[in-house]
Amino acid sequence: MSASFDVDRRATSAQHEALAGAWGDKPGLVGWLSTVDHKRVGVRFIVTAFGFFVAAGVLAAIMRWQLARPDNHLVGPDLYNQLFTMHGTTMMFLFAVPMMLAVGVYFVPLVVGTRNIAFPRMNAFAYYIYLFGGLMLYAAFLLDTGPDAGWFSYTPLAGPQYSAGKRVDFWAQLVTFTEISSLLVAIQLITTVLKLRAPGMALQRIPLFAWAMMVTSFMVIFAMPSVMFASTSLITDRLVGTHFFNHAEGGDSVLWQHLFWFFGHPEVYIIFVPALGMMSSIISTFARRPIFGHLVMVLSLVTTGFLGFGLWVHHMFATDVPELGKSFFTAVSMMIAIPTALQIFNWTVTLWTGKLVFRTPLLFVLAFFFILLIGGLTGLMLGSVPLDLQIHDTYFVVAHLHYVLIGGSVFPLFGAFYYWFPKMTGRMLSERLGKWNFWLFFIGFNVAFFPMHILGLRGMPRRVYTYPTEMGWGELNFVATLGATTIALSVALFVVNVVRSVRHGAVAGDNPWNSPTLEWATASPPGPYNFARIPVVGAREPLWDPGGIRGHVTGLADDKPELLVTSVVDAEPDHRFLFPGPSIWPFLTAVATTAMLVASVFTPWAVVWGSIPVVVTMIGWFWPKRRDTEASLALERKP
Amino acid sequence: MATQIPALADRAGWTLQHALSPAGPQAAQIHDLWQFTLWLCVLVGGVVFAAFAWALWRAQRGTEDTPPIDVAHATEQRGVRVVAAAILVVVVGLFALVTASVMTDRALASLPRANPLTIELTGHQWWWEARYEDRDPSRTFSTANELHVPVGRPVLVKLLSGDVIHSFWVPRLHGKADLIPGRTNTIQFRADEAGVYRGQCAEFCGYQHAFMAFLVVADAPDEYERWAERQRGSAIAPSSDAEKRGQQVFLQGTCVMCHAVQGTDANARFGPDLTHVGGRQTIAAGTLPNQPQHLAHWIVDPQAVKPGVNMPPNRLAAADLDALVAYLTSLK
Repeated sequence: MSASFDVDRRATSAQHEALAGAWGDKPGLVGWLSTVDHKRVGVRFIVTAFGFFVAAGVLAAIMRWQLARPDNHLVGPDLYNQLFTMHGTTMMFLFAVPMMLAVGVYFVPLVVGTRNIAFPRMNAFAYYIYLFGGLMLYAAFLLDTGPDAGWFSYTPLAGPQYSAGKRVDFWAQLVTFTEISSLLVAIQLITTVLKLRAPGMALQRIPLFAWAMMVTSFMVIFAMPSVMFASTSLITDRLVGTHFFNHAEGGDSVLWQHLFWFFGHPEVYIIFVPALGMMSSIISTFARRPIFGHLVMVLSLVTTGFLGFGLWVHHMFATDVPELGKSFFTAVSMMIAIPTALQIFNWTVTLWTGKLVFRTPLLFVLAFFFILLIGGLTGLMLGSVPLDLQIHDTYFVVAHLHYVLIGGSVFPLFGAFYYWFPKMTGRMLSERLGKWNFWLFFIGFNVAFFPMHILGLRGMPRRVYTYPTEMGWGELNFVATLGATTIALSVALFVVNVVRSVRHGAVAGDNPWNSPTLEWATASPPGPYNFARIPVVGAREPLWDPGGIRGHVTGLADDKPELLVTSVVDAEPDHRFLFPGPSIWPFLTAVATTAMLVASVFTPWAVVWGSIPVVVTMIGWFWPKRRDTEASLALERKP
Repeated sequence: MATQIPALADRAGWTLQHALSPAGPQAAQIHDLWQFTLWLCVLVGGVVFAAFAWALWRAQRGTEDTPPIDVAHATEQRGVRVVAAAILVVVVGLFALVTASVMTDRALASLPRANPLTIELTGHQWWWEARYEDRDPSRTFSTANELHVPVGRPVLVKLLSGDVIHSFWVPRLHGKADLIPGRTNTIQFRADEAGVYRGQCAEFCGYQHAFMAFLVVADAPDEYERWAERQRGSAIAPSSDAEKRGQQVFLQGTCVMCHAVQGTDANARFGPDLTHVGGRQTIAAGTLPNQPQHLAHWIVDPQAVKPGVNMPPNRLAAADLDALVAYLTSLK
């Protein structure tokens, strides 16, 4: 278990200094904006996504208080419609997907044992685009121009005729921002996992977390084009009078639903699959054994990735779908339970045969089993056409989707945060506050969302801003509001825990949980170069297996940002590569792109004039620098 | 009217829209499937959760410093058998669910549909326009927000939309079917018990999605025929002075820009047909009970009742308002 640390410690302090110079950032504001260090960008991503999580949570709290009693007039329909649209849009586009990818941005390079993420400048650009897109949406909302057609913006309601003004335009443009950001990060993660692994980390030795992030990234690449086409067509329908979704002019409003859900359902798995990877990391560490059935786990992840694309129509059973089509989509909706069940059973065996360490991360992970089990079973009900016709678009669905998304993603995320916080900050989160955080969240969650199943069966449709007293939905709604308040309290405790522990937490050391994977084989927090010496991997659990770390890579420059690129299957050393350093251009390009995209909401000419600064900043970004070329040439070795 | 909506303050009101209290064969089929699915899921979920809890309870405890377990081969083989058996159970369970679901779907499709009552229902932001079809065109008629159907006879509803997507949903009779602009969707149901079944738009359709409700009133067949016959006729001529004055207010004011009353010059189609509005149990698409004071409130200030609704406020002199309400109430 100590072999790994030697790899890092063997480097002299002079080497550490040289490496820090080669991979570090310049001081000052420009240096801060220019960073391409995946850890700094990753932390910004995580903090920003958490900020949006809190914002969307506040919106949810307002909705819950509005619904707490019948015929309530706390907010009217105009604001309420914006609230639930903003809540859904934020949680899906600005919290869940970016947060999952952000954890990947921070940890995938560490887990696979390399010094930075592939295409690091693109990574910085992806972050700024995401941040600016989110700020645009919230600026619009605060100016009473928040989107109000629901997070899936069905046409024709979201079309030019029934949603006049700019509200839906901001929604559609936000989707553009998040598409760009997610696609870029997906490309980076796939490249990092396939080409930047530490030598010796052949396919069979890739940790499950890295597999999960790779499957997710492929899903992003295949799902996003569908919503790109959809949101672009919607915005051209609205801004320049195309008629993609206007049935009166030969368009089709249901086409929107197909395009949206062909993205929208995989989106659920884009959020869920990374969580499965986090689960595996945490379970393995806190059961003190490798995950049972590693190969089956990998195949389950990949299968989930494929099947996730075959069930989008189960969101549309109430439109006139042909009978045979319905049966097909019912069958696939049920089939996707098999890979998830396999993973759950494998984890169960892992826990059963392990030696359990009940720390906060494990608690969050165990709650996943309970909550996801319920969410999965209600998912089977929604997959059945006749049942779906009753419970579709009711509070039953609201309950189901929160069980799946919070149980399947937010609980594992909290667990992952408690697990990896020591690596990111060098300090432990408080266990005592962590347990309070956990129990309040777990109880609050079930109190808030379980009654919604019953409300849905009693006929309460979703997206209603209030309801008449005589419908008899008042009591359960009040209970749900109490639960939601408990969740808010729990999240507040979490923030307190983080703020306190960053400064005053117990010092963590390199590997406080004695975990098996490479991110724990370096300092906490890691230096800008991640590993002073890139390890050579000899086992799937490199820090647990006596032969797990066979040595380290030599021959890479210390004073230049140089990396080893390895082969896809066996991770054999392939070539050395001089990495791009910090640059302000990604930031400037993001500013130019944002200006173009925001202005195009107001005039199509913005696309014409706005593209000029984008091109100029891109040229600045890619302009070859004499210094880099010379450095690259100096590092060449003739055979 | 024989079948009355349960007094709106009735505590038992929650069954109005209860998906698990079926009143017709379609809803009953779905209810049966629900029972089967629910209990199968509870069973399988319970077993999985119990196994999980047992595994946690049986597992040894460790600390961060516990050296990682070198997993013995035999234990792993046992694990393989356990997982394989469990997944087999899951697959069998899923097959049962798919089969039950598809069979219910087929059963729903093969329910008797001879001699149906055919209604063309058009969704509008935020009300329902119903046209009762008949082979004889002179016997068709229009109404709004309240469907009367005969007990025991299949009802075929053709679903259209005048603007955005809505969804027709009367939980006690059947599941949902969307009303999609440019398409004709259909849904078929049958009410086997006389009663009032509340329904509500289930697809988000804008500001007043929350108050786009309607009633399905199932009457005994002869009762239904009497109702239909009344609907086929023109509006009752005003009898009292107040009603006559009310008709003048109606015809000379802005009401006629949107509403129709058969037998008068008012024949606009933008808002609900008011020919027999006095006979309906609710106004504003299931929002308020149809009582004079609510009607007056609705006419004067519809935005206070349903913010965003497409009906403008009508500032009428008190006497005119009373007359108008008297007239509309008389249109049984």
